[in-house]
Amino acid sequence: MSQEVDGHKMNPSKRKFLIAATSAVGGVAAAAVVIPMVLSMQPSQRAKAAGAPVEVDISKVEPGMLLTVEWRGKPVWIVNRTKEMLAKLPTIDGMLTDPKSEQPQQPAYCTNSTRSIKPEYLVAVGICTHLGCSPTFRPEVGAADLGGDWPGGFFCPCHGSRFDLAARVFKNVPAPTNLVIPPHQYLSDAKLLIGVDAKGA
Amino acid sequence: MSALQKMMGWVDDRFPLTATYKAHLSEYYAPKNFNFWYFFGSLALLVLVLQIVTGIFLTMNYKPDAELAFASVEYIMRDVDWGWLIRYMHSTGASMFFVVVYLHMFRGLMYGSYRKPRELIWIFGVMIYLALMAEAFLGYLLPWGQMSYWGAQVIVNLFAAVPFIGEDLSIWIRGDYVIGDATLNRFFAFHVIALPLVLLGLVVVHLVALHEVGSNNPDGVEIKKHKDPVTHIPLDGIPFHPYYTVKDIVGVIVFLMVFSAILFFAPEMGGYFLEAANFVPADPLKTPEHIAPLWYFTPFYAILRAVPPLFGSQFPGVVAMGMSIVLMFFLPWLDRSKVKSIRYRGPIYKVALALFIISFIGLGYLGLLPSTPVATIFAQVFSVIYFLFFLLMPWYTSIDKTKPEPERVTG
Repeated sequence: MSQEVDGHKMNPSKRKFLIAATSAVGGVAAAAVVIPMVLSMQPSQRAKAAGAPVEVDISKVEPGMLLTVEWRGKPVWIVNRTKEMLAKLPTIDGMLTDPKSEQPQQPAYCTNSTRSIKPEYLVAVGICTHLGCSPTFRPEVGAADLGGDWPGGFFCPCHGSRFDLAARVFKNVPAPTNLVIPPHQYLSDAKLLIGVDAKGA
Repeated sequence: MSALQKMMGWVDDRFPLTATYKAHLSEYYAPKNFNFWYFFGSLALLVLVLQIVTGIFLTMNYKPDAELAFASVEYIMRDVDWGWLIRYMHSTGASMFFVVVYLHMFRGLMYGSYRKPRELIWIFGVMIYLALMAEAFLGYLLPWGQMSYWGAQVIVNLFAAVPFIGEDLSIWIRGDYVIGDATLNRFFAFHVIALPLVLLGLVVVHLVALHEVGSNNPDGVEIKKHKDPVTHIPLDGIPFHPYYTVKDIVGVIVFLMVFSAILFFAPEMGGYFLEAANFVPADPLKTPEHIAPLWYFTPFYAILRAVPPLFGSQFPGVVAMGMSIVLMFFLPWLDRSKVKSIRYRGPIYKVALALFIISFIGLGYLGLLPSTPVATIFAQVFSVIYFLFFLLMPWYTSIDKTKPEPERVTG
């Protein structure tokens, strides 16, 4: 398929092929160089290793009180729920999106009516499942600004999501799911370890 | 030949200095009927330069480290000589950039400056606007205050709402499982290097495209239609320099008066330019009572909140927010009117534009407020109007009764 151009023999199909092949190889090389740049933006090895478990002394958490500790850079709440608080939990199931904790937002050993290992202690990641704000602890029943039927729980100031004292989400709020219960275990009555499941669990 | 002329000749043989000066200044013919609304392009350029210069000096003392960032900003404010001035110039400049750009965009809407043959100027402009929003968002994390932290938390979590890949995408953006040192460090890199380069490049192509086709004007008629038969200079055109350089200097002086008044008397602007919660160091364990983005983002934030979650996902709201900006790109092809300028448009477009502006400002106001049921309904109404302005435009601009355009500009 050669043709004469200015006295030189020229083969256009060969030229086209060479241009296409060069561009393809160059393109692949450029794409290959982008990969390390993109992957360098993943969490570093140090960031991945930083998720060490946290040990918490819960003996000083009085009934009705909330303690916030940091685990993997996130707030984790420990609430010592009173008998009245616990009694109220099953009565408000009708107001909740997922009262039975069917979404996998908790370890298997917390898939129960109180979403906890010991009924009185709630351990939950205090990050709203909507857009990541940290809700405020509002235990007072019937708080005026939250409506007279407020049973006590958590209120997210960013977009108004509501959660009860088992960190279950209310209906008709922006947050789609219950708050996350992190893996945790009791080392003794007063010592809680957040970040790892109990052996065999 | 004088020594200066000789030197210019030497340069011109090697670099098109005189030719560039002529093409873009002394022999760039702009319509003679520019009005008040034509100040804001040059003012945007001024603010860009101001931001780059003040930014360079801020980086000399700022530390992009989660442990040190907040204290280094306070150090700039208290211990660095004139540091407070440079920092307030930069923070005031950020807000004033958006003031100027919003007025510049409104000018485009009024006079149809996005219409053929200026589609690419408009598209480059929308890209500048997008880059500017990214630049502002990234920069707002750097002081590492409570608003910095939780604002970034909410916006990065928007990406987590993308189906399937969202969670990994948000981790990739943060470089950690939460907003942390890695996030701050990379936002700094994007804010001081990557996006300024993109911005400068876009500004260059915006201006090259403008000077290729020539400026629009308040009458929306092409001055290139009527040229002097001998000189081929548009009859309604005047050289940019000295006529418009001098006019723009007047604009610059008035602008700098306003700028200085804010800078010296109200640099926080009652919490609108610098939010009160940002004077508290970032605390990953506690969200401030009320978080709102800075005023220039609130229209889009209000659209985000106006869309209820569907199927347990925030994604529809995120899509609506994205679409509210993407639609701007299509404006040149959505407008089917026979005329460009609002001066010759019919009543329908005038009403549509007025409703659009009311909705935009209304959304901006609502985005500042905590969300309540009443506010949400208003935000939904305004959002619908916002979208209908674009989506119904092909229809209402084609049935609108226009007045005939003049042949020449009307002064």
